[in-house]
Amino acid sequence: MYIPKKHEPVRIGFYICHCGVNIASMVDVKEVAKYVGTLPNVVVSRDYKYMCSDPGQEMIQQDIIENRLNRVVVAACSPMLHEQTFRKATEKAGINPFFFQMVNIREHDAWVHTDRLEATRKAMALARAAIQRVPLHKPLEVKKVAVHPNVLIVGGGIAGIHAALVLANAGKRVYLVERDPTIGGHMAKFDKTFPTLDCAMCVLSPKMAAVGSHPNITLWTYSEVAKVDGYVGNYKVVVRRKPRYVLEDLCTGCQECVEACVYKEPKFRDEFNLGLGKRKPIRLPFPQAIPPVTLIDPETCIELKSGKCKKTCLEACGDRKAIDFKQQEELREILVGTIIVATGYQIFDAKRTPYYGYGVYPNVYNALEVERLINASGPTNGELVMRNGQVPKKVAVIHCVGSRDENTNRWCSRVCCLYSLKLAHLIHERTNAEIVNFYIDMRTPGKGMEEFYNRLSEEGMMLVRGKVADVYPDPTDGTTGRLIVQAEDTLMSRILKIPVDMVVLSVGLEPHPDSDKIRRLFNMSCSSEGWFLERHPKLAPVSTFTDGIFLAGCCQGPKDIPDSVAQAGAAAAECFSLIDKGHIEQEPNTAFVVEKECSGCKSCIPLCPYTAISLLEDKKKAYINEALCKGCGTCVASCPSGSIVQNLFEDAEVFSEIEGLLAPVPV
Amino acid sequence: MNATPKPTNGSWSPSLVAFFCNWCTYTAADLAGVSRMKYAPNIRTIRLMCSGRVDPQFILDAFSKGADGVLIGGCHPNDCHYAEGNYKCLRRFRLIKRMVADLGIEEQRLRLEWISAAEGEKVKTVVNEMVDQLKALGPLGIPKQFAEWDAEMTRLEHAAQTSQSAESEVAHA
Repeated sequence: MYIPKKHEPVRIGFYICHCGVNIASMVDVKEVAKYVGTLPNVVVSRDYKYMCSDPGQEMIQQDIIENRLNRVVVAACSPMLHEQTFRKATEKAGINPFFFQMVNIREHDAWVHTDRLEATRKAMALARAAIQRVPLHKPLEVKKVAVHPNVLIVGGGIAGIHAALVLANAGKRVYLVERDPTIGGHMAKFDKTFPTLDCAMCVLSPKMAAVGSHPNITLWTYSEVAKVDGYVGNYKVVVRRKPRYVLEDLCTGCQECVEACVYKEPKFRDEFNLGLGKRKPIRLPFPQAIPPVTLIDPETCIELKSGKCKKTCLEACGDRKAIDFKQQEELREILVGTIIVATGYQIFDAKRTPYYGYGVYPNVYNALEVERLINASGPTNGELVMRNGQVPKKVAVIHCVGSRDENTNRWCSRVCCLYSLKLAHLIHERTNAEIVNFYIDMRTPGKGMEEFYNRLSEEGMMLVRGKVADVYPDPTDGTTGRLIVQAEDTLMSRILKIPVDMVVLSVGLEPHPDSDKIRRLFNMSCSSEGWFLERHPKLAPVSTFTDGIFLAGCCQGPKDIPDSVAQAGAAAAECFSLIDKGHIEQEPNTAFVVEKECSGCKSCIPLCPYTAISLLEDKKKAYINEALCKGCGTCVASCPSGSIVQNLFEDAEVFSEIEGLLAPVPV
Repeated sequence: MNATPKPTNGSWSPSLVAFFCNWCTYTAADLAGVSRMKYAPNIRTIRLMCSGRVDPQFILDAFSKGADGVLIGGCHPNDCHYAEGNYKCLRRFRLIKRMVADLGIEEQRLRLEWISAAEGEKVKTVVNEMVDQLKALGPLGIPKQFAEWDAEMTRLEHAAQTSQSAESEVAHA
């Protein structure tokens, strides 16, 4: 490794990349190279078509050896893309990788400007700033930090379940945290899945059971992540476990307590069935719930409300002693190296489109409610009967409710066309009802989806291209609750008013209302819609801007089950990659105190968010613990005596950068 | 697009020095690039890890070396990659803003903006807006002013020296 000798002359190599025509079409790269060649300390100055290519990197390495270069500056794309590439290349040729500086003339210059002369001037200024800065660079060493092998997965829907199983099957310890009392997510509510029409629960429940019994998975349902501290490889997470008043270790899931409850009949709104059914205060969310442990709702349980219940449930449980009315909320602290966020979505609240009468007319349902109605374990045991007890004879399915709509959500929710077709098919199958689908565009991308659409459209359902304007009660009808659906058939150019018994609203997918809170917890970014932002839309679709935190499933954007599962697998692989490597390399951009200049004023100490700074009592000098320092540089900017230095961002380096930026350029 | 300046060819065009935090605003500027948004070429960006690293001296130094405006970009409140560096930046910014005003530098020449990694569009609008404002304000010209003051000082020193030597001559006589 090259260690510079004192007073050794600085010898800089400058390289400017054409990036094909990406840079060269807007920046006169030859002119920039010529200009930089005249600057002090520059020994070679070249331009090349693709600096990041092997020949480009070899050119740098050859120059380092032949021209005894000890500094390298490359003007190309964003440092986010290729800084590491060139650092490695310089290191291979024997000089410290931190003697390299990158100049961003693509994203910050060529791609955003339209005037070639001005863009060239800017490239010259940016290059000069780096040329003036780089002689001040010091040799630094990359810190290696061990990666904790345990993984936290947040969200127990199909994405979280799949990721947990992939990791646990390979022997990794997984903590799966789920907010609801059971895992399964939305998929557990579906009846059949498109395009194969296989039963959702039949494919899901074996995976749920595998999670429940897996020795490598710690499953914490009815729990939420309360706090996340630390950084990639070493996250300290606090999980809040809400009391379910039934001890998970002791409950066998026999449900005798449910049978024995003083409420003889289920009386309260059943959340799992979206209020279409009733439940008792003590209940199992649904028959296949994992863990198969009942829970008590403190809002409706007489004992928990007033302490004056006969507690027949306790009697029924008997020796198992699984019911504990005194159970308290618990906080558990865990250490993990990587985190997968798979918090899913919520369905669009159709009350936000009042013209469809959801919540006003009892025969207007959203699609998820219909999934429950036709599901054999649903509130009607799979018989499609409406709230008035009748079986519908004619049903309208309205697509794009809360999707592709300026007034609500602008995005396409991707799954609605297909699930609408599926529901239309299933309703027809169960009731022989006549179905009318109202769609804007029929979107059926993906493997087997177009074939599915063709097959179902041949079954004879009516497809009307047009957005429904209004749903209102049929004035000629007395009591049955019949509705008129008014829409324009845009292919026939006529207004339709179709009387139907039941309306199904194909509601879109949207981010959870607390996605902003979740994103802050994990230090992630959101798109303006509220979906979690991936690091790169194409090349890093499951990574986030925070190292060691990955995304899976619909929390990143609407997707169907196969895509959620694929993404979950990808996120698990990203975790593997970090765990199996065993360590991560940290930028050495930490700060340190120059002791002889420190006055011991202590003003830096409260500024550090990581409590990395302390006062050496004996010397009365500040001290920065390098292991805790994250390299933000806030203390550096605040030090009154200028005695704190940040590696890679030293004051002198920034000052020379400013000087270089503002120096006059020749064109 | 409208605000993109015409080729200057010798005529004055403002220079804007920007300090962008690595995690939000620098990434947003990368996004603006990837999305091929177009904005004024007067901006020269320095990448720092956090807006909390922006030392007030950097701002003064930029003005003194010829910047007509300084823009600081950080993460939105509550979004800082380092928890609260952006608040520290805001605190210092409020102080430096008053100081800069006392130095006679117009308020619009110094700006702090919270721009998240998803807001490439905001980079474009903020830069264009600021460059338009700087154009309306005209050059700040601190280096020129410094040069004038230096020349004046030299002149005064010279005058003082000559009068001193004249006095000593008188004393001798």
